Amino acid sequence: MSDIVTVENLSKTYDGGFQALKNTSLSIRQGEILALLGPNGAGKTTLISTICGITAPTAGHIQVGGHDVVTDWRAARKLIGLVPQEINLEPFELLINTVRFSRGLFGQPPNAAFIEKILEDLSLADKKNARIAELSGGMKRRVLIAKALAHEPRVLFLDEPTAGVDVELRRDMWQLVERLRADGVTIILTTHYIEEAEAIADRIGVIRKGEILLVEEKTKLMQRMGKKTLKIELRAPIDAPPDALSEFDLSLADGGQALIYSYDAAGERTGITRLLASLQSCGLAMADLQTSQSSLEDIFVDLVQESAA
Amino acid sequence: MNWYGVAAIWRFEMARFFRSIIQSIVSPVLSTSLYFVVFGAAIGSRIPEIEGVSYGAFIVPGLIMLTVLQQSIQNAGFGIYFPKFIGTIFEILSAPLSSFEIVLGYVGAAAVKSLLIGMIILATSFFFVDITVKHPLWMMAFLLLTAVSFALLGFILGIWARNFEQLNLVPLLVVTPLVFLGGSFYSITMLPPFWQTLSKFNPVLYLVSGFRWSFFGTADVPVAASLAAVLIFAGICLAIVTWIFRSGYRLKS
Repeated sequence: MSDIVTVENLSKTYDGGFQALKNTSLSIRQGEILALLGPNGAGKTTLISTICGITAPTAGHIQVGGHDVVTDWRAARKLIGLVPQEINLEPFELLINTVRFSRGLFGQPPNAAFIEKILEDLSLADKKNARIAELSGGMKRRVLIAKALAHEPRVLFLDEPTAGVDVELRRDMWQLVERLRADGVTIILTTHYIEEAEAIADRIGVIRKGEILLVEEKTKLMQRMGKKTLKIELRAPIDAPPDALSEFDLSLADGGQALIYSYDAAGERTGITRLLASLQSCGLAMADLQTSQSSLEDIFVDLVQESAA
Repeated sequence: MNWYGVAAIWRFEMARFFRSIIQSIVSPVLSTSLYFVVFGAAIGSRIPEIEGVSYGAFIVPGLIMLTVLQQSIQNAGFGIYFPKFIGTIFEILSAPLSSFEIVLGYVGAAAVKSLLIGMIILATSFFFVDITVKHPLWMMAFLLLTAVSFALLGFILGIWARNFEQLNLVPLLVVTPLVFLGGSFYSITMLPPFWQTLSKFNPVLYLVSGFRWSFFGTADVPVAASLAAVLIFAGICLAIVTWIFRSGYRLKS
């Protein structure tokens, strides 16, 4: 796959002296969904704003679709749609006019059928002649997406698209992202919700204090960093794991009612069979078994803490 | 050139104008009519003709200028300040629009709005006074130049302002006094010599004088000086706007 966005050695220092991005490089592949994860103030929004031309870079280069965003900005910007984090809309204008406005702004001739289709896709069609101020919060967020899509961008940035959005709308949004990807649109989203990245992203980027810690395929990342645990519930509580089982590095849980065994899911030998056999020879009776896999959230917390240490 | 983008801004701004039609049109017409009634009829009947023109007719160009100046500044200032205030400016800044195209959209819309209002006031004045325009083309030229250059000034103020108070500060404290002291309602030949000289430093005097010349053929200062003054003023505003976009002043971080 070719890269549609390349960021090379990008740095951004604000006037106040705050360095939001430190020599950041990133390649975004054509047609992928990339989730950027990071704590508040990590530099996610600065990165997006700089790619979109709202913030001027201090150093480094950005190309979108082969066009430099500083020297060939007109061509680069036409390819980009941006859904901002804050709900910023002209309150007194009609919904349909704000969407038409966005299309014109990006240099596209009017196309009523296309605008209709976007509004239809976002379940906004029956509200098209309503004033923005009359819409609910969830609808306003969808209007922002409609505006960003109005000029048929090839790259869509979603900055915290589902912050403060109810579960149903969040699922709608994910479906929309899937449909857009099917149309060949590259999608970059920033999010606090790790389940969101887990649910829809192809690749995950983790950003912290202006630096990209890693960018990796989601499945590989989860395999590599993910730990599996086996929880063995016992019929009778015990005070400590038997010495005979010390090689398994077990820990007690539920007040001695359960044993926890951690293992590498990707490893060739998990050791489970041996552990279960050993348990039996120790005379411990099992009531139940449970396995669980660490979520992207656990991985993320580990990563961010690791780099902080 | 992104003409669709310019048109989008222009149309959006004009929609704002027609949305608040009462504030946009009825209010300037009403206040102008009050000026005619108070100055023209009540006071004007006790003032003799000025330079062969009845006082009621004499104040028409000044009144139009007063409103066009205020409206140009206000419309362009609000037009660019409001997106900054509510945050929608991000869309303008991320769009494939050059600074020239952005200015063309906002300033163009503001200038057209104030020209419209100027024409409405002129039409209103026909109901109150007997008036003929001697040089209609020059009148349009002065009106257009004034509308554009003061819309540019309004645009600058809109970008500079951090809150609504600052947005209204300059029009209120600087522009309105300059207009009133710039011979809108009198000829400066009526002033003592010292004040006449001082008035020559007031740029609005040149606008009003040139504009009045296009109506009656008489002026406080030479027409060429008026024209030069408007062009210089427009040039200064253009230079500042260019600098704003080059440096990203109060627009980009």
